[in-house]
Amino acid sequence: MCLAFPGRVLSIDGDFAKVDFGEGTVREGINISLVEAKPGEYVLVHAGYAIQVMDEKEAQKTLSYWREILAYERESGAPTR
Amino acid sequence: MTVSSILDGYRDAVLARKLQARISRLSAEIGRRILIMHVCGSHEWTITHHGVRSLLPENVEVRAGPGCPVCVTPATDIDAAVDLALEGKALLTYGDMSRAKGSKQSLAEAKTLGGDVRVVYSVHDAVNIAKSRPEKEFVFFAVGFETTAPATAYEILEGPPPNIHFLTSYRYVPSAVEAVSRSPDLRVDAFINAGHASTITGMKAYKPCFDECHKPMVFSGFEPLDVLMSAAMILTQIRDSDPKMENEYTRAVTWDGNLKAQETMQKVFDLHDGYWRGVATIPNSALDLRAEFSNLDARDHYGLKTMPDGADFVRDARCADVIIGKIDPPECPLYMKECTPTSPLGPTMVSSEGTCKIWADHKIMSTMRCRI
Repeated sequence: MCLAFPGRVLSIDGDFAKVDFGEGTVREGINISLVEAKPGEYVLVHAGYAIQVMDEKEAQKTLSYWREILAYERESGAPTR
Repeated sequence: MTVSSILDGYRDAVLARKLQARISRLSAEIGRRILIMHVCGSHEWTITHHGVRSLLPENVEVRAGPGCPVCVTPATDIDAAVDLALEGKALLTYGDMSRAKGSKQSLAEAKTLGGDVRVVYSVHDAVNIAKSRPEKEFVFFAVGFETTAPATAYEILEGPPPNIHFLTSYRYVPSAVEAVSRSPDLRVDAFINAGHASTITGMKAYKPCFDECHKPMVFSGFEPLDVLMSAAMILTQIRDSDPKMENEYTRAVTWDGNLKAQETMQKVFDLHDGYWRGVATIPNSALDLRAEFSNLDARDHYGLKTMPDGADFVRDARCADVIIGKIDPPECPLYMKECTPTSPLGPTMVSSEGTCKIWADHKIMSTMRCRI
């Protein structure tokens, strides 16, 4: 029920947007009235409604942060069990 | 930049192995069993599908808590929906909800008995169907958490047509986390909080609970590395005896959450005590329609029974213990015997967010973990 998928807003018409979910899936009629989204931004879509605008920079920042703090961590081998 | 190019980084195998090494080191330093509970069916799917548990050391257990809305929808509400469908009203609901049994039947079974039951993708579709058939009475069986409630609130504020009523069974996750954190027999050490529900409420909704329980709480995304990063953050907090509320899912969750969605939701719903199927009545955990919208409330309009009557699950089924996170599915005597995805007896085997259904789909027949 709380499944949500990220997608990129392609165009906006009033309360509704055309959203590209990647891999060839584009949907029209996604309701964006609960968020302040602009074309080109990423939104998280749940049951036909965008529930949040995704912060692309934050996504990259989190990864860079972990790559940095784990730079000298040795990779573990095969799973322990 | 595409969606997948951003998320690919959260599936990076090298980073995963480094995280695994860090987690192993932290857990060895802690040197005791740690039980981490998450409260979201989508987290359970990520963890099971990507085999995250197999990457964790023996003494770190991640268990699913009450994170499946379909599973906790009271049997009496499903019964009421089934009765309305059999009386000739057209019942509209989400796919998972149509397959969960009440005390007798599911809505899907009511359909085979001649009931008019239709699966919709969104509340907007439900309203449009009602608009297209003004001569027919429709009921939207509205279930979910605060992730889903704002959309229904939006449609209600837009003014739905007079031939649709709402049978709501919305539940509020922060109150359930509070109840779990107070449970003496669960002994949860830390929480991975629900990512999507928290995009709406923000982290702030969990502050009172954190102030009371002082257990690590990490707000996590849904890629496999999100969960590993969250586990590493939790274990670091435990090792340093420094519990805090931390955000791993910074790309979607903020401290304040989605204020526009909160405002929309609060205009239409207010919090009341709510029954979680088989679990308990949890204070301030049901998002019910405000009094000014009682004209849209199917309970008022049709005079429906609202109190749970205890007829929750079939005999011997341990759905309630799975929902609250007391046991894993294979500990239920009916799991993959009488109760399977093709012939589910309990809601946890129905919903794509139900722990039993997720484990069954991944053919997990036993758990190798030792119990606390």
